Amino acid sequence: MTAQRAAAFAERHHTGLAVVGLSLALALVPLFLANPWKLGVLNLIGVHAVIALGLNLFVGYAGQISLGHAAFFGLGAYGSAILTTAFAMPPLAAMVLTAVGVALTALLLGVPTLRLTGHYLAMATLGFNIVVHNLFVQWDRVTGGPSGLTGIPPFSVLGVAFPGEVRAYYLLWGAVMIALTLCLNLVRSGVGRGLAALAEDEVSAAAMGVNVRRGKIVVFTVSAVFASVAGSLFAHYLGTITPDTFGIFASIDLLLMVVIGGMGSLWGSLAGAAFITVLPHLLGPLEAYKEIIHGLILVGILLVLPRGLVADMAGLARVRLARGWSALTGRPA
Amino acid sequence: MAMAANDTAILRVSGLTKHFGGLPALSEVGFVARKGQVTALIGPNGAGKTTCIDCLTGLLRADRGSMVFDGRELSGLPPHRIARLGIARTFQNLRLYPRLSVLENVLCGLSAQAGDSFLEAFLRTPALRHRERRLRLAALEALDTFGLSAKADWPAGALAYGDKKRLELARAFVSGPQLLLLDEPVAGLNPEETERVAVLIRQMRRGGVTLVLVEHDMDLVMSVSDHVVVLDGGRRIAEGAPEDVRRNPLVLEAYLGKMSVTA
Repeated sequence: MTAQRAAAFAERHHTGLAVVGLSLALALVPLFLANPWKLGVLNLIGVHAVIALGLNLFVGYAGQISLGHAAFFGLGAYGSAILTTAFAMPPLAAMVLTAVGVALTALLLGVPTLRLTGHYLAMATLGFNIVVHNLFVQWDRVTGGPSGLTGIPPFSVLGVAFPGEVRAYYLLWGAVMIALTLCLNLVRSGVGRGLAALAEDEVSAAAMGVNVRRGKIVVFTVSAVFASVAGSLFAHYLGTITPDTFGIFASIDLLLMVVIGGMGSLWGSLAGAAFITVLPHLLGPLEAYKEIIHGLILVGILLVLPRGLVADMAGLARVRLARGWSALTGRPA
Repeated sequence: MAMAANDTAILRVSGLTKHFGGLPALSEVGFVARKGQVTALIGPNGAGKTTCIDCLTGLLRADRGSMVFDGRELSGLPPHRIARLGIARTFQNLRLYPRLSVLENVLCGLSAQAGDSFLEAFLRTPALRHRERRLRLAALEALDTFGLSAKADWPAGALAYGDKKRLELARAFVSGPQLLLLDEPVAGLNPEETERVAVLIRQMRRGGVTLVLVEHDMDLVMSVSDHVVVLDGGRRIAEGAPEDVRRNPLVLEAYLGKMSVTA
């Protein structure tokens, strides 16, 4: 009886249990991994994972495309850096204020550009990234120009600071788990289904009562805010930021994380963020050709498995299983 | 007496006109759909039937005319607002979400009731959880009604054509619409499947749903409709009870010419 109840509980709350399980496992990592360089790689994965989760809502679920999310990432980083150094604002307040600013920017960008689809939307977001990147490089007085900004204090909240790799690890992966929970909640709601529906067929989604235009704009803004918060945490974690981190190649890498992990697979985004963050270290002497290699991976996946590695494999398996099952039971497919 | 008849009208279309370029797709079309009845919209290809449905659901904007549903003017409203008023539809050329599961497809039909607050969705509030459970039950019930329960977890794209047609019906019906617009629900189905859909249409009508049916299958139209409106070349050329329309010489000439030989 209790076993049955436990099984029912596990069945009903499997998503929540998976998040709790992963959180516990991640919480133990610093106890076994003392190497600060390796923790540093994990921390970068965490920063990227937050962005990839938000981007997956926009690209994977709502079926849109962005080649400009590194710009929101950069705006978050620069916003927090400037507000905490030049204006001595507390990091949390700076992060929130910056996120609000980025949300407004995304809204202003999204209202005209989200009427576009496919290549046109890709070009519009790419153009936005180039403009923002130029702003970081050229506006010396505020952004420090090509050499960027230094002396950004570690993140702190209510008097608790997060200096060093271990504390930063808990802060960043705490943020990842919050982002993951929020995203998992969204996709299991009517709003999430509406996004999935409009990704497949905007006309039919609208006929079901989905406000297609609003949905696209809000999810774009939300994904920009995720990138902004990741940028703020990133700036406080490294203490130094330079414009190169937020160029168009960074945007392509972010998109690649979503695509490799699988469009619409939030767990996959974590794997994609890990893979793309670690890949340059695995390439060794080939690292100089990183952009080319990343580009080839992206083109390759989009040609063969356009919904991403994980999601397409899973989709194929589902169809096969469904057909195979009906063949076994003799029912027509 | 006429007043009483008018009171039961849930949809009143008048003077509906739509041109594509210079070509008239609908000219001054008017008809009334009465509550709880099946109103069929028939006519040869290109008569303007689908254009009419598209105007009613806001996918196309009519040039002129009025469409009053339950006392509200529909023209100018965007599609999602019209859907939220309780008007559901199916599409002539299936418009399912092939990668979503059969159950998810039906749940999408409940979008209007699922709420569209991102904040509430991100936080997964108890109210939302409760509502999601209720919607899920409604969707499962609809799958049962439309004979798709066994395939609830299939990707919709993997279904056979007949199942896809019934899934579209289930997705439109699940929200308990006040008005259901069916655009050729049996096109491409064999007689057995067609009969199955006919049974479902009668069942929905008994359940109190008002239906507008666009269909080429005359046997189906004659067997399920209360009222028939005949369009030809974007104009209404006749309307009346199925039996009357069947005998109307104008209709026979425009559309039922071949049937008159066999009838």
